Amino acid sequence: MKHPASVGLVAPRSARFDQPLRLKSGASLSGFSLTFETYGELNAAKSNAVLVCHALSGNHHVAGFYDPAQQKETLGWWDNLVGPGKPLDTRRFFVVGVNNLGGCHGSTGPMTLNPETGRPYGADFPLVTVEDWVAAQAYLSDFLGIDTWAAVIGGSLGGMQALEWTLAYPERVRHGIVIASTPRLTAQNIAFNEVSRQAILSDPEFHGGHYYEQGDGRQGVIPRKGLRLARMVGHITYLSDDQMAEKFGRRTRHGKPSFNYDAEFEIESYLHHQGDKFAEVFDANTYLLTTRALDYFDPALDYDGDLHRALARAKADFFVASFTTDWRFAPEKSREIVYALLHNGLNVSYAEVDCPAGHDSFLLDDPHYHAALDAYLQGIRL
Amino acid sequence: MSRMNSRFDFLHIARWINAGEWVLDLGCGDGALLSLLQKEKKVRGYGIELEPANVASCIRNGVNVLQFDLERGLSGFEDDSFDHVIMSLSLQTVRHTVPILKEMLRVGQEAVVSFPNFGYRPHREAIAAGRMPVSRHLPYQWFNSPNVRFFTIADFEALCADEGIAIHERLAFAEGTPVTDDPNLNAEVALYRLGRLP
Repeated sequence: MKHPASVGLVAPRSARFDQPLRLKSGASLSGFSLTFETYGELNAAKSNAVLVCHALSGNHHVAGFYDPAQQKETLGWWDNLVGPGKPLDTRRFFVVGVNNLGGCHGSTGPMTLNPETGRPYGADFPLVTVEDWVAAQAYLSDFLGIDTWAAVIGGSLGGMQALEWTLAYPERVRHGIVIASTPRLTAQNIAFNEVSRQAILSDPEFHGGHYYEQGDGRQGVIPRKGLRLARMVGHITYLSDDQMAEKFGRRTRHGKPSFNYDAEFEIESYLHHQGDKFAEVFDANTYLLTTRALDYFDPALDYDGDLHRALARAKADFFVASFTTDWRFAPEKSREIVYALLHNGLNVSYAEVDCPAGHDSFLLDDPHYHAALDAYLQGIRL
Repeated sequence: MSRMNSRFDFLHIARWINAGEWVLDLGCGDGALLSLLQKEKKVRGYGIELEPANVASCIRNGVNVLQFDLERGLSGFEDDSFDHVIMSLSLQTVRHTVPILKEMLRVGQEAVVSFPNFGYRPHREAIAAGRMPVSRHLPYQWFNSPNVRFFTIADFEALCADEGIAIHERLAFAEGTPVTDDPNLNAEVALYRLGRLP
């Protein structure tokens, strides 16, 4: 019997890369930093390293906590998965979380000072793609002395990175674990992203992306309203209709109508709360470029839309999982990935988990989901 | 291992599979058959299984498993992508009988199918006595059975004739031993190697 525990107190580190990085857009960065965390120990053979890729609002802080007095508040976003005795068992694996390029939690991004101007990049930070993120993560792999990842794992946008790893560096990843993800966004997905972006872009405090030096004392402002709206829209797509009905239903805060536009239904106050919280911790420019990276991801594009041919480069074994109530990246999108892997004769297992929580299910610890993932991770030879 | 030994039909199925084949196992349970075929025949392939606990067991047994619903068919699988498509003791649980048989023979060069024979003498006797049969291979009560199709060896062979499905080989068993005399009456399980008619 396992007794799952926390990895405990953790602290981020930073790696600096002073070589130029040419991006898919054609733009380049003269150098960059990546903020990351590690859990567990790299073994002598360096064969037990697992890279965790984050989704839209995530970062390098995957597991453990920053403040012993505020463990719950400072807990990593995938703490239920990563730790001693947990499916991604840190007694066995060396786990790495990294903040993506263009992020807002330490890695080089729009908030970083542009060495050419001495001012924050802001809107001048180049658009980065999933391919660029993976290329930057490959630099971090070298920095950590990891030639081959035992696994690269991610949910949602993180799953796209895990898939991209198996295509860009087929020799450097033995297992791709792609959860609640998709080989490309649908028009509906892009539409939601566009609403989010317009919410930010049309906020008067956005200032064309150069809001860090606005305000009376040039102390900077935040396009809070836009960011908040973007998060509210996003959050709707992360939950399922059933789960919202169960969690909030038509419950109101005061029991009777107040005939105004204040947050009256509980779902409204929930969305407001999520939006407010998010606007305090996330950067609007990072949000914009991350949604664009989502839109652009399409490994089949260079193969006339044929995902079968696009995945021919992959050599890894795969675990793919989706959730029945996920309407953002629905199970048929994961099945497309699975069929393309089958076409190429690759080892793949696929779990289609009956979990009520919609897209966000990948962050939860549904027993069937974690049992399948745990079995898969245990089967990885070190 | 105990499960593996308890399924005598696996050993007979394994005899029909050549070394190194690509195999698809529909309703693969905990992956015991594929695990056996991987070890004994070095096959490559996948199992399809809907039950979550079985999905995790397959992975633990080192078997590729896909949590697909067979009622949705095999439309995502390409023609001739497997040497054998196997369905061991599950055909009676699938509602779309003819479509799944046709799909098995589209996706696979050959199909291997086994099922409990509802025409087995003790089953007939149960019906004659006024009750639905409950036996080793039909262990369920009528109200909790996962079986949705109730058919005999004779029924199945009539269907194959109607649908242009070639029966290459048939084995029949009772109590784990082969039955040659009137299998429709004397066998509790039948096992077929099926193909497309030329």
